[in-house]
Amino acid sequence: MNPAFSVIFLTTLIGAGQGLFIATVVGAPYLHQSGSGSFPVVASLVVFTLLVAGLIASFFHLGRPERAWRAATKWRTSWLSREVIVLPMAMLVSLVYAWIHWQDMGSQGSTQWIGWIGVAIMVLLFLCTSMIYACIKFLQEWASAVTVINFTLLGITSGLLLASGLAFLLGEPVAIEFLLVGMIVTATSMMTKLFAFYRNSRIKAHSNIQTAIGIKHRHITQRSMGMTGGSFNTRAFFHHCSEKLMANMRGIVLTLVFIVPLFLLAISVQLSQPILVWIAFIVQFLGLLAERWLFFAQANHPQNLYYQTVG
Amino acid sequence: MSKQLALVIDLNVCVGCHACVTSCKEWNTSGSAGSMPDERPYDSDPTGTFFNRVQTYEVGQYPNCETVHFPKSCLHCEDPPCVPVCPTGASYKREEDGIVLVDYDKCIGCEYCSWACPYGAREIDSQQKVMKKCTLCVDRIYDEKLPEMERKPACVLACPTSARLFGDIHDPDSTVSQAIREEGGYQLMPEWGTSPANHYLPRRKTRITIHEDELVREDNPLHKEDVYPTGPVKQTTLDDVTSW
Ligand code: SF4
Ligand code: SF4
Repeated sequence: MNPAFSVIFLTTLIGAGQGLFIATVVGAPYLHQSGSGSFPVVASLVVFTLLVAGLIASFFHLGRPERAWRAATKWRTSWLSREVIVLPMAMLVSLVYAWIHWQDMGSQGSTQWIGWIGVAIMVLLFLCTSMIYACIKFLQEWASAVTVINFTLLGITSGLLLASGLAFLLGEPVAIEFLLVGMIVTATSMMTKLFAFYRNSRIKAHSNIQTAIGIKHRHITQRSMGMTGGSFNTRAFFHHCSEKLMANMRGIVLTLVFIVPLFLLAISVQLSQPILVWIAFIVQFLGLLAERWLFFAQANHPQNLYYQTVG
Repeated sequence: MSKQLALVIDLNVCVGCHACVTSCKEWNTSGSAGSMPDERPYDSDPTGTFFNRVQTYEVGQYPNCETVHFPKSCLHCEDPPCVPVCPTGASYKREEDGIVLVDYDKCIGCEYCSWACPYGAREIDSQQKVMKKCTLCVDRIYDEKLPEMERKPACVLACPTSARLFGDIHDPDSTVSQAIREEGGYQLMPEWGTSPANHYLPRRKTRITIHEDELVREDNPLHKEDVYPTGPVKQTTLDDVTSW
């Protein structure tokens, strides 16, 4: 597929937001009792901002954004429609959570159930977003539970690093816990991402030129695809990058998303340098943009079988 | 069972003339699905929206090869994967005749349906910013102002070799059902369970065996008379002297 930047930003931004919200709620009981209590408020406002930014990015993907509201109608069958419904719910719950904590700053407990509803919504949103891709069965690189696991784990990883950075800024000692859990989740998601790479490298395509045109012959060569200039078919479904870049991308993703952040986080624990957490978050976010790009680019759409030669 | 209109395309007779492509574009750019914009039509990188394309494949290796022309448009799948994914309901399959359509007033141009079509049958209209694809000329096949003979998709009418048949594949007695049944009609990419309504008829070998005596006429084939011709060629036969 040809990666669309609007979708890359949408999924990475809201992923970080969802992860941050989950970290905030899960970490709430461990907040310092004598602290200012501003962490949940600030964090959920950042969540809200990230979700809004993702939503704005997604509008650039639409041909007719003014009709976007219509996308909420087919939630019975379409994961995209479900995402369109759950995303505003996620925004709302992050605002409510921020507001409640603003009202009784410093005391938690009674409001925690709102937080858990929010967590459920965030997890649901991970499911909706990733199922948009995982449900297309002939995009074999996507059609797997691994897609759902990776979207979820990578979002949580990114959110945990952000949570840790924010907690450090606000002087919350829970920052260290966020950081340590962040390292564990980063390492775990590295395993699942490696598994995804391994799985993709072994995929045997179900479709080939024989099934595409229905002629059973070993030697079939396309001589013309019906036009000399390009078309939507030649632009939207292929990344137009070299094999070499694709191979390098895998290394870039592994380095930026996992190896460098893990290294930086380990040092920051040693030297207690909060700034390194922020650098780790930013490096990882850039890596996640690359990861999403590769996620799209590596998916082989069977329609490409029909577009092999200009002729 | 309700109707399922479809095209059956005979690869044995398609000559790759692109008449269906141009007449499709002509009809649909001026019809309810239009317009179908072309961009930079006279520049070095022209592009445009089409519902139908004719591709060409070489099967086999020279000198034992054949050229196969292969028209491709939306196949109006019986279980279309492009429909359930559409978040707006703009993509739908008609109950009454099985045609898969896009409602251009509802489509938000998210392109998700094009990802979900394994055949690459959908194209985004770069000007209207909505998804377009073959409508089986839904705006002419029911048009009672047209003579009955012309109530067919534009591509079918344009084909000079009658390589395109049109009809209801759920009616076992229709021309299309007969063709599918008797001439080995098949579907594209059956592995995804989309069950395309459009079918293709394969290339066929046309061979007859001719014996020498069939090339030279015997005047008395049933041997009812006793005077046999002495030689098939040298002797004058009836054909040589009469003028009927
Ligand atoms: S050919 Fe593609 S666009 Fe047409 S009905 Fe089938 S899946 Fe949908
Ligand atoms: S591009 Fe239009 S028809 Fe296709 S899925 Fe999106 S809204 Fe539906």
